[in-house]
This record gives sequence, C-alpha cells and structure tokens, in this order.
Amino acid sequence: MIRFLRAAFAASFLLVAPAFAQDHDGTIHHADLNLSAPFTRATLPNAPVGGGFLSIQNAGADADRLVSASSPAAAMVQIHEMAMEGDVMKMRQLADGLELPPGETVTLAPGGFHLMFMGLTQAFVEGETVPVTLVFEKAGPVELDLPVMSAAADAAHTMSH
Amino acid sequence: MTIKSIRLWLWGAVAALALTAIVAAVLLRQPEQTGFGRGSYNLIDQNGQPVDQTVFVGHPTALFFGFTHCPEVCPTTMAEMASWFEQLGDEGQDLRAYFVSIDPQRDTPEVLGDYVSWVSDRITGVTGTPEEIAKIAKAWGVYYARVDLGGDDYTMDHTASVFLLDASGEFQGTIAYREDQATALGKLRNLLAKS
Ligand SMILES: [Cu+2]
Repeated sequence: MIRFLRAAFAASFLLVAPAFAQDHDGTIHHADLNLSAPFTRATLPNAPVGGGFLSIQNAGADADRLVSASSPAAAMVQIHEMAMEGDVMKMRQLADGLELPPGETVTLAPGGFHLMFMGLTQAFVEGETVPVTLVFEKAGPVELDLPVMSAAADAAHTMSH
Repeated sequence: MTIKSIRLWLWGAVAALALTAIVAAVLLRQPEQTGFGRGSYNLIDQNGQPVDQTVFVGHPTALFFGFTHCPEVCPTTMAEMASWFEQLGDEGQDLRAYFVSIDPQRDTPEVLGDYVSWVSDRITGVTGTPEEIAKIAKAWGVYYARVDLGGDDYTMDHTASVFLLDASGEFQGTIAYREDQATALGKLRNLLAKS
C-alpha cells in the first residue's frame, strides 16, 4: 500500500512538474528550442484583442515550426505578421505557422510577427500574466506565461529612463 | 432720371448683389469641398452626438483613424497619445484628439466610449455608417481594407499616421506611427503655438 501511495505520489509529481527546464533568466528550454523574453501588453477598455511576443531560438540541427497557439484567456490565438507599407499597417495570418530555421532566433515583437489573442475572456492587466500554449511541429506543445507589460511596451523588460 | 430708369437701375443693383452673393457663397464653400482634408460627412461621437467637418475648427486637432479590434497600431498610438496629453499638461489644453473608426460595424458609440476615454477626456471617438466613414476617410486620403481571418473574424489594414490640424482645421502635418516621443511633442508644441 505504501509502495502504491509512493508510486502514485511520484506519478502525480511527474504530471504537475513542468515538461521544460527554466534558466535563472527565465529562458525556457523546450527540446531544441529556447524560448525567452515573453510578454504581452495591457489592453485598452473594450479591446477584444491582444498581442503576444517572445524570442524563439532553434538550437537544433533541423528546422521546426510554430504551428498553433491557444490560451484560456482568448477564444482563439492566431500567428500573425504585421508590416508597415508606407504609412499603412498591414496584417496577415500565417496559416502555415512560423518557420524556425535551425541555428536561428526568430523574434515575435511589436511591428512584426506576433501571437494574436482574439476574443479575450478578460482584459490584460499590467503586472499580471497570461498563460499560452505554443505547439511546435517537432518539439510539441509547451505552456508558458506572458507577463503583461504597459500598453505600449516594446520589450519584456522596460528600460529605465 | 426718370422713375423707370431708377427702377431699372435698382433691379440691376439687386441682380449684381445676388450675383455677388452667389459667387461669394461658391467661393466660400469651395475650400470645404476640395483640397486635402476637405469633405462633408455626417457621423456620431461616442455619446451619439452628431459630428461633421466643422468639429475641427476652433482648436488644434490630432486626428487618428483606427479600430478597437486592432492588436497593435491603435492601442500603441492611443497609449502614446495619452502620454502626449500628459507631457503637454496645461500647455496642451486647447488640443483635441479624434479617433475615427474605420470598422464602424463593430465600433459602436458604446464600444468606442470606454476605449477612447482611457486616453484622455479630450479625445472623441467617432463612428457612423460605412458610407459616411468612407467620406471622411477619402477626405484625409486614409486607406483601409478588411482582411479575413477565418470564420467571422477579420482585421483591418489601415493608415497609421496621426494627422495634425490647426485651429482653422487646416492640415499641418503628420506624426508617423511610433515616431520618437520628443519629435512628436515638438510637432504638437509647434501646432499649439501656431493655433
Ligand atoms: Cu490599428
């Protein structure tokens, strides 16, 4: 019985233990991928959408691909690319996901690639975090928290002025 | 001079006055119809009050076109606008801002109200019928287009610049998306000094 309990305890621990290792600086190591500096921005009142940002380094020898994302904070999360063409903002959904070439770092940042949270179930409040699950073609799924920065934040850690 | 010739002369004077009035009316109306930023449209603000081309007269204006479902450009610009108002303080007392929705189907006055009030009490959210929104967008050369995202979802591509208007409603320049704050404040101070 004790052995059974111990096994159950061990098993439950395995279930709740994160499937990734995390550095002191917060970088998440997930298979060959290193995920760092995740953040999102505080949303304005009634804004039903939000953007998610992070850096993804592919330290492996093979290409991988961010194929989808989901979050309990949104009805849907899509992978988008934004670009300025002259003074016009253009946005496209990357239906095939985001290519992660071997040895390269792809950055999801304001003004470029981003996760688009659509149909928010709650406002994103500065200082809180928003959970998101990213699904990679080879590395599989990984769950992480995006700290909510100010509404116009450019990076995970705002520089002091 | 006979009565007849006086009557004739009077009629001539009436005709000349009428002609002058018509010409003046046409000339005065002309600037409202043509030229950058000129047009006529009937829109509403977040409180359901009517908004037309005359609202830009009487104070310097920062004018932006966007939509509340915008993931980045609009919230960023709204946050920057909030900090412009904050930085300018009393100096910017006369400045008014307008957020015109290029997604009027989803941006009802109620939706716009809270969204813009986050920025300042001196910003007005503007919406209306798609036809009237098209008129104001055309007047300012604003591009916008619907981009489908699957299902019923869509986003909008749109011009991201902030237009600056002086107190007579004349176009004075733009602040580009993500323009450096010091430059943006310089442009606003310039506008306020001129107005
Ligand atoms: Cu926008």
